[in-house]
Amino acid sequence: MSETLVRIDDLKVHFPIKSGLLFDRTLGYVYAVDGVSLEIRRGETYGLVGESGCGKSTLGRGLLRLVEPTSGEITFDGVDVRSLKGEQLRLFRRRMQMVFQDPMSSLDPRQSVDSLLVEGLKAHDRHRDKAGVRARLRSTLDSVGLPASALSKYPHEFSGGQRQRIGIARALVLGPELIVADEPVSALDVSIQAQVINLLGDLQESLGLTYLVIAHDLAVVRHISDTIGVMYLGSLVEEAQGDQLYERPLHPYTRALLSAVPIPDPRVEDRRERILLAGDLPSPANPPSGCRFRTRCPWSQPRCTAERPELRIFDDSGQRVACHFTAEILTGELRPHEVRAELVHPDEGRTPEVGSELIVTRTDLPTP
Amino acid sequence: MPLLDVRDLSVVFQRKGAEPVRAADGVSFTVEPGQTVGLVGESGCGKSVTSLAIMGLLPRRGNRVTGEVLFDDTDLLTLRPSDLRDRRGRDIGMIFQDPLSSLNPVIPLGVQVAEVLERHRGRSRQAALREARGLLDAVGIPDPARRLKEFPHQLSGGMRQRALIAIALACKPRLLIADEPTTALDVTIQAQILTLLKELVDDSGTALVMITHDLGVVAGLCDTVNVMYAGKVVERAGRHQLFGEPRHPYTEGLLQSVPRLDVDRGGRLHQIRGSVTDNIPWSAGCAFAPRCDRVIDDCIGDTVPLEPTFRGGALRCTNPVPTEVPA
Repeated sequence: MSETLVRIDDLKVHFPIKSGLLFDRTLGYVYAVDGVSLEIRRGETYGLVGESGCGKSTLGRGLLRLVEPTSGEITFDGVDVRSLKGEQLRLFRRRMQMVFQDPMSSLDPRQSVDSLLVEGLKAHDRHRDKAGVRARLRSTLDSVGLPASALSKYPHEFSGGQRQRIGIARALVLGPELIVADEPVSALDVSIQAQVINLLGDLQESLGLTYLVIAHDLAVVRHISDTIGVMYLGSLVEEAQGDQLYERPLHPYTRALLSAVPIPDPRVEDRRERILLAGDLPSPANPPSGCRFRTRCPWSQPRCTAERPELRIFDDSGQRVACHFTAEILTGELRPHEVRAELVHPDEGRTPEVGSELIVTRTDLPTP
Repeated sequence: MPLLDVRDLSVVFQRKGAEPVRAADGVSFTVEPGQTVGLVGESGCGKSVTSLAIMGLLPRRGNRVTGEVLFDDTDLLTLRPSDLRDRRGRDIGMIFQDPLSSLNPVIPLGVQVAEVLERHRGRSRQAALREARGLLDAVGIPDPARRLKEFPHQLSGGMRQRALIAIALACKPRLLIADEPTTALDVTIQAQILTLLKELVDDSGTALVMITHDLGVVAGLCDTVNVMYAGKVVERAGRHQLFGEPRHPYTEGLLQSVPRLDVDRGGRLHQIRGSVTDNIPWSAGCAFAPRCDRVIDDCIGDTVPLEPTFRGGALRCTNPVPTEVPA
C-alpha cells in the first residue's frame, strides 16, 4: 500500500501572456503552478483543494502532460514522465486517465456511448478482438452502474449523473492505474453527488485505483481522500493525512477555508467562529512577494513579505505546512490583526492564452 | 400581517406540440417583515421560476402564471407593467446568481447603481452618484470613488456580487429576493457575502427570500425553510426543526447525502436513488414516490396535500419520518 506511484518534484507550469498583432511579445507570465512537490501512494486518494485560480486543475493537467510543465520532475511508477516523447507518451497515457468536471461538454454529442468508449481502445490498438471488446464494454458499463443498453445511446439521452458515469467509464475502459478527477461532482445535484462519490469509492476498492481528486468542496474531499493538499496561488500551503487537516489546520489559509464552509446544522452554524478573509485572490501573474498569502493573512508579519516559506514537515504526524509562524499561531502567541482588503484587478492577470500556439495567426492582416 | 403572501402560485410553460410543463405547482408561503425565508431544492424544482414569477420577470409569452402574490395586500400579478416597474427596485430588490451577466458590461458601475436612485427617488445624476459611493462603501467595496467609474469586467466576482447587492439595496427595499447569490463564488468569498447579507438584513430590517440548493447556506441564515421538489413545497419548518428533525423523506435524504465537515467520515454516503427526472406527476400521487425509501401504497393515487404540522410547519407526505415526540 505504501509504495509511491506518483512523485512530483518542484513542478512549475507558467503560461506566457502574449500580445501583439504581427509579432507575439511575451509581456509576462501567469504562475499557475509554481513549485509543487508531492507524492501519491498506490491505492490511495490524494485530494487537492483550493479556490478557483489556485492552479489545482493546471497541476492535474500538468501531471498528465495535457499542458506542458515549464520545469520540475514527474515520476510515475519509476518512469520519468517528462522525458517521454511522441508515441511513447501516447502509449503511456493508457496508465493515467482523466475524469472531467462537466459531463455535458466533455462528451461528444454526436458519438454514441459505444463509440466514445471504443475510441480509447482503438487508440491503443486493443479493438481487434470484437467479442473481447464487447465483453469489456459491458463489464465497464456494469461497473459504473449503467445497463448494457446504454451503448447504443447518445450523451443527450442521459441525465447529468449518468453522463458523469459515462465519463468515468471512458476513463476506466483502458484499465488505468491513476485517475485524475477534476471536480468530478461539482456540476451535479446534491442527491446525485452522493451516488458518484460512492461509485468512485467502490471502483477504487474493486480495481485498486489510485486517485488524484481535484475539488473546491472541502467536505467532499475530506470524505474521499486519504491525503489532502491545500493549494493557494500556485503552491501547496499545507498537506496532511485525512482527518488530521480538519482536526488541526495549521496554515492560516486552511483555517479560514475550513471556517468558511457552511455546515447544514443550525446549532453548529450559530456557534461557529468565522475567520473572514479580506479581499480576493491576488493575480497569479503578479503574485505578492514572500508568502503568497500574506496580503490576506490576519497573522502576517514583516518576515512574511521578505521570505517565502517552504513547505516543511511540522511534527511527527507528517503534516506539512508552508508558514513561518505555525508554532506561534498554534500556541496563541501570535494574535490575529485587522487586514484591509487590497484591490485586485482581474485585468492585471488576464487569462492566459492556453494553447494559443495551436491557433495559426494570420500574418497577412493589414495593420490598423 | 405578512409582507409577502404567495398563494397557490403556479407557472405552466406551454410548448407547441408538447405537454405543458408545470414548473411551479401551487406554491404558497409567507414572509413576515424582517424575516429570512429559504427556498431550497435541486435544479429543476421550480425555486428560481417561483422567484421570477413573484418579480414579474418571466417572459410574457409561452407561460401561464396563476395564483396570487400579495405584497402589502396588492396582488403583484394583476398590476399594470408600469406600476410593477415602480415597485421593482424600490420595494423589492433582487440579487441574481451570476453577477457578470446581470450587470451591463458597457456602463460604468456608478451609473448602474445611480440609475436606481434616479428612477425611484428622483435624484439628479450628481446626487445619485454621491449616494452610490456611500452604498458601495457600505457593501465593503474598497476605494468606492474609483470603482464608480469602472466597468464590471474590472472587478472580481466577489466585488461584482457586492455591487449587485448595492444596487438591490439602493432604495432600501422592504423585501430582498436573492437567487443563488453565492453559487458562482468561492467558499471564502461566499462567507464574506453571506456575512454581509446577514448584517444588512439585521441592520435594515429588510425581509429576505433566500433561494439556494446549498443546505449549509440555509442553516446559518434562514428563519424558516421551504423545501421544494418537482414544483411543490414538500416541507416547511423552522430551521432548527428542519435540520434537527426532518420529517419528509426527501429532506432527510438530502441532509444525509451531503458529506459534512463536522462529523466523522463514515464509509458510504447515503444516496437517494434515481435522478431528479424520475418523477410521477403530482396528480398521480407523490412525485417523489419513485425515489423514496418510505414509499407505501397510499403514496400513489391522489395528490398528497400540504398539511400543517403541530409545530407550526407544514408537510406533504403520507408516510413521514417518525419524530421522537409523538404527534
